[in-house]
Amino acid sequence: MSVIVYTESENGKFKKNAFEAASYAAEVAKQLGTTATAIAINSEENEILGDYGISKVLHVKDDSLKTFNAKAYAEVVVSALQNESATTVILSSSADAKFMAPILAGTLKAGYVPNVVAAPDSTQPFIVKRTAFSNKGFAHTEIKTEKKIIGVSNNAFGTVENKVDIAVEDFNTNIKEDAFEIKSIEIDKVVGKATIADADIVVSAGRGLKGPENWGMIEELADVLGAATACSKPVSDLGWRPHGEHVGQTGKPVASNLYIAIGISGAIQHLAGVSASKTKVVINNDPEAPFFKAADYGIVGDAFEVVPQLIEKLKDFKAQNS
Amino acid sequence: MKILVCISNVPDTTSKINFTDGDTKFDTNGVQFVINPNDEFGLTRAMWFKEKQGATVHVATVGDASVEPTIRKALAIGADEAIRINTEPTDGFYVAEQLAKVVKDGGYDLVICGRESIDYNGGMVPGILATLTEMNFINTCIGLEIEDNKVTAVREIDGGKETLSSSLPLVVGGQKGLVQESDLRIPNMRGIMMARKKALNVVEPVDGIKATADSKFDKPAPKGAVKLANSVDELVDLLHNEAKVI
Repeated sequence: MSVIVYTESENGKFKKNAFEAASYAAEVAKQLGTTATAIAINSEENEILGDYGISKVLHVKDDSLKTFNAKAYAEVVVSALQNESATTVILSSSADAKFMAPILAGTLKAGYVPNVVAAPDSTQPFIVKRTAFSNKGFAHTEIKTEKKIIGVSNNAFGTVENKVDIAVEDFNTNIKEDAFEIKSIEIDKVVGKATIADADIVVSAGRGLKGPENWGMIEELADVLGAATACSKPVSDLGWRPHGEHVGQTGKPVASNLYIAIGISGAIQHLAGVSASKTKVVINNDPEAPFFKAADYGIVGDAFEVVPQLIEKLKDFKAQNS
Repeated sequence: MKILVCISNVPDTTSKINFTDGDTKFDTNGVQFVINPNDEFGLTRAMWFKEKQGATVHVATVGDASVEPTIRKALAIGADEAIRINTEPTDGFYVAEQLAKVVKDGGYDLVICGRESIDYNGGMVPGILATLTEMNFINTCIGLEIEDNKVTAVREIDGGKETLSSSLPLVVGGQKGLVQESDLRIPNMRGIMMARKKALNVVEPVDGIKATADSKFDKPAPKGAVKLANSVDELVDLLHNEAKVI
């Protein structure tokens, strides 16, 4: 009756969120007095999960699962759950995990709580802390069903190193034909660049940049920092930047270690969406901009002067510290 | 094509959030309620299917009579009929079960929900609903085209997008991208007058699983004052030595 964790990988390599989910699963298993088992699909170097407290990996190698398919992947997780007689499933907050989790909930008649930010408050009753109201608050939510699904927020519980002995077993499951009713035709994805979902640093800019032609320096700053680029809602609505970059209440949430907001005044919806970031920096020429009240550090100044200086300074800094 | 758009009644995005009754309830005092933004993108896309492809569009919501202004707004935007399931939307599983009954009874080909409500952010209603009704499901949908029974959809993934093919019947979890912000409609006087004559059917709830319950709420800890740097040198120093993030 172990705890099951779905550990996400891409091209065989585990994602950072897999280690966070694994760490969380190990913590839940400890509280329940059991062990944590990972279900991993087409991944390599599965033993590494043992560093995060996972004592067993069910490894699925299946070419039909090369591309993520929510329904088929959910079937795999359900059969892993049955195999282990488990009742609890842990996943991340990635787009794929949030696609799959409600299918699991519906199939298993399980209570599902996403956006969980801390170890369970208690396991009897089972209560977890999660964000609510788009990061403007937290809820302590009880899961009342026998089967439970928990989605762990990015960069909140974090990774916990806790090396244990690990066994990797091949795991096969017959997926029903109708799971593949939805077919992937094309994936259009930035390769080799950090994404807003898993970047340690996010560089974001707003209307203060005056036009899309001025984003060169934002991209350069992001490059120097190995950061993902993001933007405010007006910028995405004006079509200056793609919608996928819009962060805030109706866009993507950000939970990076460092969030740098350039020329963004800080509307309440934007501040909510980025509030889970650990350190926030604002660069704005208006000292009255609301973002200064939400930020940890700031520079009052013209982005067109400050950002190029910052790029140069960071290049020097990187050269000295590498 | 018969479309059901599921609507959640949520606090306006500019709302300040407070809790009451010993932090066990959301304080609705002074809060203005609106159609959940993610649902509104879906409703607007449904209007396109109605106008260009002759679809029928119904809207459904779970809630007591206090949600009726929000659902009337959806009718004023152009939905043909509304259904209100007369019960408190206590948790996502329970809401999905209520909607599943409406979907099965109504014989809908396409169900459009928002990917999540902006209040409780559960993000589970569309997926659970699809599973309970055995319909196809596409989440974080940012593009949707339907010809006959064939569906081409685009979903947002971390770092990009994926184009998918599917077929009806289908449930989508939608968001901005289904239509653009500038496509959203403000109801005009004629729409508002017509909405008064449209059917708003109230149905009683079915028994369902109350899978989760919020026992307590808190607000984020208040933030300390911002530290202003006088130069980029000072900023980089603070980020490296104090915040330790670079």
